[in-house]
Amino acid sequence: MWRDHLTEIIVFTVLFLLVSAMGFVAARWRAPKDMDHLDEWGLGGRSFGGWITWFLVGGDLYTAYTFVAVPALMFGAGAAGFFAVPYTIVVYPLVFLVLCRLWSVSHRHGFVTPADFVRSRFDSPVLALLIAITGIVATMPYIALQLVGIEAVLKTMGVTGDGAVARHLPIIIAFAILAAYTYQSGLRAPALIAFVKDSLIYIVILVAVLWLPQKLGGWGGIFDAAEAKFAASPNPNDGVLLNANNQLQYVTLAFGSALALFLYPHSITGVLASRNRGVIKRNMSALPAYSLVLGLIALLGFMAIAAGVKPLPGASAGTVDSNTVVPVLFDQQFPDWFAGVAYAAIGIGALVPAAIMSIAAANLFTRNIYKEYLRRDATPAQEASVSKITSLVVKVGAVACIVFLDPQFSIDLQLIGGVIILQTLPAVALGLYTRWFHRGALVAGWAAGMGLGMWMLYQIPNPATKRAHFGGSAFPLGEFGLDTTKTIYVGIVAVLVNLAVAALVTLALRAARVAAGTDGTTPDDYFADEGDPRVTPGPTRDADAAPEPVA
Amino acid sequence: MAAPEPETPGSASSRAKDHSPWNWLLFIPIVVPLVPVFFNADSPRLLGFPRFYWLQLSYILLGVATTTLVYQLTKKRAGR
Repeated sequence: MWRDHLTEIIVFTVLFLLVSAMGFVAARWRAPKDMDHLDEWGLGGRSFGGWITWFLVGGDLYTAYTFVAVPALMFGAGAAGFFAVPYTIVVYPLVFLVLCRLWSVSHRHGFVTPADFVRSRFDSPVLALLIAITGIVATMPYIALQLVGIEAVLKTMGVTGDGAVARHLPIIIAFAILAAYTYQSGLRAPALIAFVKDSLIYIVILVAVLWLPQKLGGWGGIFDAAEAKFAASPNPNDGVLLNANNQLQYVTLAFGSALALFLYPHSITGVLASRNRGVIKRNMSALPAYSLVLGLIALLGFMAIAAGVKPLPGASAGTVDSNTVVPVLFDQQFPDWFAGVAYAAIGIGALVPAAIMSIAAANLFTRNIYKEYLRRDATPAQEASVSKITSLVVKVGAVACIVFLDPQFSIDLQLIGGVIILQTLPAVALGLYTRWFHRGALVAGWAAGMGLGMWMLYQIPNPATKRAHFGGSAFPLGEFGLDTTKTIYVGIVAVLVNLAVAALVTLALRAARVAAGTDGTTPDDYFADEGDPRVTPGPTRDADAAPEPVA
Repeated sequence: MAAPEPETPGSASSRAKDHSPWNWLLFIPIVVPLVPVFFNADSPRLLGFPRFYWLQLSYILLGVATTTLVYQLTKKRAGR
């Protein structure tokens, strides 16, 4: 079975090994004086310019999930899956100014994580701990999702076995390699690999959109084939256009996902690694190039319909693994060697974000749990080594998620993560603008938003996969007693309730004159740029930075 | 350098940098892509793409143009 795919397997393996070697070499790339510091290992020395940031953040945000799950959603549901396009358009103007403020305040105070900022802004270790835990919990399924991308490719190449361990062995090996070079090179590894990953992706997608439509009867024919498929299906909510019921869901999902994207620890890690504010602003204009690619990738789902692709069977009998739609399309339509290149693009596409996510989660643990609660006097070298070890633990956790859970739910897992991370919006994003909210109120709002969000997700069934709970993120408004069949994105409702609770409790705590703590930041911290004279790289860093005169 | 209160002038000018009225332009590419009435239709088709698809893809250009414009306009202001 795998012998039919030998060429693909060889091309895939060669490219994969090449990239792994790059990952190890990356430690010497733009080598720092002293790698034993969290700023170096976890943020690449905060020195990345426009191009590196573009590849790094692009490789970080547009993940293997993108290339596998979004077209799978288009294949299954049609227009509703295209939300990824408005989502990734809206996000950049939305965060254009916000991220600059976060970068400035982090630059001046030496913050590594969003929770570091919250800790200092609201003078509340408890709130910072909640933000950190939320970030870690939301990131874990996202890392697992990257494995699903690799697994879909391996499955299509016939690299599978019987039994849980044998079936997942290639992924376990891939992640062991990834873990090793992330441990050694930190953020420099994904930054360097991102160049290869994104170049491969751009090549594959260009070839796919220029060449495949000719084979499949032109774009008009592709859309007509999709229309015919959805007209024949019994599901009322699929189609090449939205209907009256899912428009609100489409818009709120796009907007809510956009709000959530830059609250994810890994996005913030990518942004904080950039050199100055100009790099961030220019990237907000340049990153949408990836959105175009994403839109075209989404349409691969319709191409698969036109090509008559049948997804491979799922983990349990009678189910299909819709994530294999795109790999199967490539296998059918491309020559073997080029399908191998495309698979490598997806596989490597999983490594870059997985590395950055595990680094981000490790930084959160180190800065906001280890240093805050376990060892207050940790030196920068100790911080770096704790972070390295945590990044290993996080990856083991992600592999365990995949080995023990049904990968069919990857997109829903990620959507649950999106709902969770959105609950940090009032403290992190609004906190960059105002300190009006009381720290206690932010904790209360967080709890309310999380509780409501999880309850709503629990209520949503998924008829397609025959699950009664956690079946998606589209909540029927009828459940609130409204006389309508419209659905809405859970995250938006949860974060609105979060904000309302935070505002009310703020007023109550003010009236009760509960202490609000002191703000560790000043207004002009939010505008500081590269070369700022008042940068405080953390009290502990001075010791080891002292011998080297600053150039 | 010799100013006794270095913070005041510094923060005033840098605040102006972030509080430009041009920033309001950023709302256009946030709001327009989220109005389904504009894009949720099949005709007119462009190169075989229903309006739903080509219009949403062309919003990418709207986003890029706006963020680029705002960056250039606010950069000049700061340099003055």
